[in-house]
Amino acid sequence: MRILVPVKRVVDYNVKVRVKADQTGIDLANVKMSMNPFDEIAVEEALRLREKGVATEVVVVSIGIQQCTETLRTALAMGADRGILVKTDVGTESLMVAKILAKICADEQPGMVILGKQAIDDDANQTGQMLAALLGWSQGTFASKIVVDGAMVVVTREVDGGLETINLKLPAIISADLRLNEPRYASLPNIMKAKSKKIDEKTPADYCVSDATRLQTIKVTEPPKRLAGVKVKTVEELVEKLKEAGAIA
Amino acid sequence: MSYQAPIKEQQFVLETIACINDFAVFPAFENATPDVVDAILSEAGKFSAGVFAPLNKVGDRHGATWSDGVVTLPEGFQAAYKQYVDNGWGSLGADTVHGGQGLPFVLATAVQEQMTSANMAFSLCSMLTLGAIEALQVHASDEQKKLYLTKLVTGEWTGTMNLTEPQAGSDVGALRTKAEAQADGTYRINGSKIYITWGEHDCAENIIHLVLARLPDAPPGTKGISLFIVPKFIVNSDSTIGARNDVRCVSIEHKLGIHASPTCTMSFGDNHACIGYLVGAEGAGMRAMFTMMNHARINVGLQGVAIAERAMQGAVLYAKDRVQSAKFGGPGREAVRIIEHVDVRRMLMILRSTTEAIRALTYLNAACVDRAHAETDPDKQKAAHGLADLLTPVTKAYATDMGVEMSALAIQVFGGMGYVEETGAAQHYRDARIAPIYEGTNGIQALDLIGRKLPMDGGVHWRNLFSDVRSFTNSLPKSGDLGLLKPYLEDALEALNTATVWMVGNDGPDANDSAAGASLYLRMFGITMGGWLLAKQAVAAQDKLAAAEGDQSFLKAKIITARFFCEQILPQAVAMLGPVTRGDSLMMALSDEQFLVA
Ligand SMILES: Cc1cc2nc3c(=O)[nH]c(=O)nc-3n(C[C@H](O)[C@H](O)[C@H](O)COP(=O)(O)OP(=O)(O)OC[C@H]3O[C@@H](n4cnc5c(N)ncnc54)[C@H](O)[C@@H]3O)c2cc1C
Repeated sequence: MRILVPVKRVVDYNVKVRVKADQTGIDLANVKMSMNPFDEIAVEEALRLREKGVATEVVVVSIGIQQCTETLRTALAMGADRGILVKTDVGTESLMVAKILAKICADEQPGMVILGKQAIDDDANQTGQMLAALLGWSQGTFASKIVVDGAMVVVTREVDGGLETINLKLPAIISADLRLNEPRYASLPNIMKAKSKKIDEKTPADYCVSDATRLQTIKVTEPPKRLAGVKVKTVEELVEKLKEAGAIA
Repeated sequence: MSYQAPIKEQQFVLETIACINDFAVFPAFENATPDVVDAILSEAGKFSAGVFAPLNKVGDRHGATWSDGVVTLPEGFQAAYKQYVDNGWGSLGADTVHGGQGLPFVLATAVQEQMTSANMAFSLCSMLTLGAIEALQVHASDEQKKLYLTKLVTGEWTGTMNLTEPQAGSDVGALRTKAEAQADGTYRINGSKIYITWGEHDCAENIIHLVLARLPDAPPGTKGISLFIVPKFIVNSDSTIGARNDVRCVSIEHKLGIHASPTCTMSFGDNHACIGYLVGAEGAGMRAMFTMMNHARINVGLQGVAIAERAMQGAVLYAKDRVQSAKFGGPGREAVRIIEHVDVRRMLMILRSTTEAIRALTYLNAACVDRAHAETDPDKQKAAHGLADLLTPVTKAYATDMGVEMSALAIQVFGGMGYVEETGAAQHYRDARIAPIYEGTNGIQALDLIGRKLPMDGGVHWRNLFSDVRSFTNSLPKSGDLGLLKPYLEDALEALNTATVWMVGNDGPDANDSAAGASLYLRMFGITMGGWLLAKQAVAAQDKLAAAEGDQSFLKAKIITARFFCEQILPQAVAMLGPVTRGDSLMMALSDEQFLVA
């Protein structure tokens, strides 16, 4: 089985982002960029399935600017087999990404697509779901455990009330949650090997998908600064204040 | 306090000072392309910060422990070391024939910096192993290489260096450990060694001790010393592990810092059955040791860089957070974050610019070692070799002294919170303090510089170096930021040149005059190199800014740190000319008895 893992290049999770002076977006100039942490988990899971003999090939895809090659190389250095870069300078809206991925699935015929449940830049949490809808495949989102059993995959999902276990028919779309695994560090030999692994370069046009943006950003602002609090002396006073603030009735 | 590898800075120094982008043309380093260099720095940075750094405090608190000959590392060390081995980091610089990646030493140096910043005590294990690999690669027989190198390169086995004995510290030639030839071609080793770093531990399946010892009929001094492989477990000819050798760790030291680095007293041949294998010829032990010394001394200098970096990171984060006192001179009376106080800024600027200066010096030195190895033109090779040798004592002593001074200064930034153990600032200072002592004390480095390195090849290497610095200084523009650097560099170089001519002119009965000034002279040398290398980086930064390449804020900071170093620190070198050349008379004037007043 082939596993497809889409990986997104995002602002590194350690970076404190700043809004651009003209409020059109986040200032990305010279900010450290890394692979979306949930995607790292997705890559790790795919690699483990390959190591268990469940999968035979792990293909990583990144959609975005040329520098996404670095993100692909990171995944290749972790151990993925080959990469596909779909180059666009415009934007990476979820629906466009899902449409491109659907076309790639048609070409590559993966048994499974494992995605991060969301990207830490826009936190949209929808690409996997859209992809499942476009392909008509079953989906298991927020996975904390994946066990392949013949033509089925058993996915343990993290839901509000606890854990939910579902059986899906393959091929399936799975989105990775934080507790699925702890991603490995790339080894030196794999970093060296990654250099010679193949990355195919494509464009959205190759998949007959338009990369025109559909969303318009009106304004980006920092969240309001937290104001100083007040100290209350008694529980009664606390209840009073909460009522005043409209937090409780 | 967490650690983040200063990748952008490391890349910049590798590019502008080590000129690593030229390396891929050498057949020896064809894999060292810029994309590989970047990927390695970033992945090794993640590994150091994620695996080694979290164990730094635990290692300090709990340290290595000894019981009945067995040394146990704190919880987590074994697993982390295994991960280091599994990820192949130890193999970076080793020859490809032995399973290494054959990448440049200077790149291995940058990676080792990250590991050392993250956890100095832990990184000593790999540092010693790398030293053993280097010595065996050059001096061991093919058979020995086959038997030992592969597993040392992967890190499955670790290495040690056994020189020191109670009566033989700086004076290695005074060592007494004995080796006696056996009929089967092996040797029986008998004696004991002290202060052996990572001499015993529970992180690897075998330990390969490299031991200096003396044959019964050997001449006294360093000429009578031979080098032996003494494995903890004998390695059978089919590479499997055999019997336990008669070598034991009889105790470990309680010490100021690097608590997780076991410092072992080793006993060889208690039962007259310690087997050793001769490396190279009888009596050639010192020469073999010198091979690895270049590497090891640069790597110890690197510890100064690594610890200064780590201490600085902690100080900056604390200074941004701690609120105390209104600003001197107003306007408000409101307390501000201490990073806003000018005196705290002064300390942070010294930390930042000095750390950058010693990093540049260390990487330059390592790059010279690479060039000496890879250049095919014999003249260029000789020049690289000479410069590497000349700079090594300066790197070792100046960088380690700065490691101590910078970690002390970082404590000052913290105030009382730096002196208590909670913040980790104190640990860096305690850890840093060993580096000026081992691998040849800094006093010995100074004597090596004036006694051996300056006169080497008729003094051509220091003359060439100074003339490079002079032509660089002459090429600086007269005005602008770069022009401001010029007079400081000219003055420092002039003073260093005068001091050098004075040093090499004193021989015979005047030799003690040179020795009296040697340590300060080495400091002067280091500071001047620092000013030159930061100025070179400022020029590179200016070029990139003009071409609108790279991170503008980082590049502008480079020019500021160069200016700060030139204005605030470089003049110290000029002021040292007097003290360096005063001779020994006042140092020898008091009688031994007069030192302590009843
Ligand atoms: C934590 C730790 C780890 C170590 N690890 C190892 C190891 O792995 N392997 C190993 O073999 N050794 C190791 N050592 C030993 C270390 O290399 C020696 O301690 C060092 O070389 C100095 O020797 P010494 O302690 O005998 O000091 P001494 O040689 O007694 O020196 C004392 C002072 O005298 C000065 N001095 C000595 N000779 C001269 C001279 N000719 N001219 C001017 N000044 C002089 C020195 O500079 C120093 O200031 C380690 C030591 C420590 C503390």
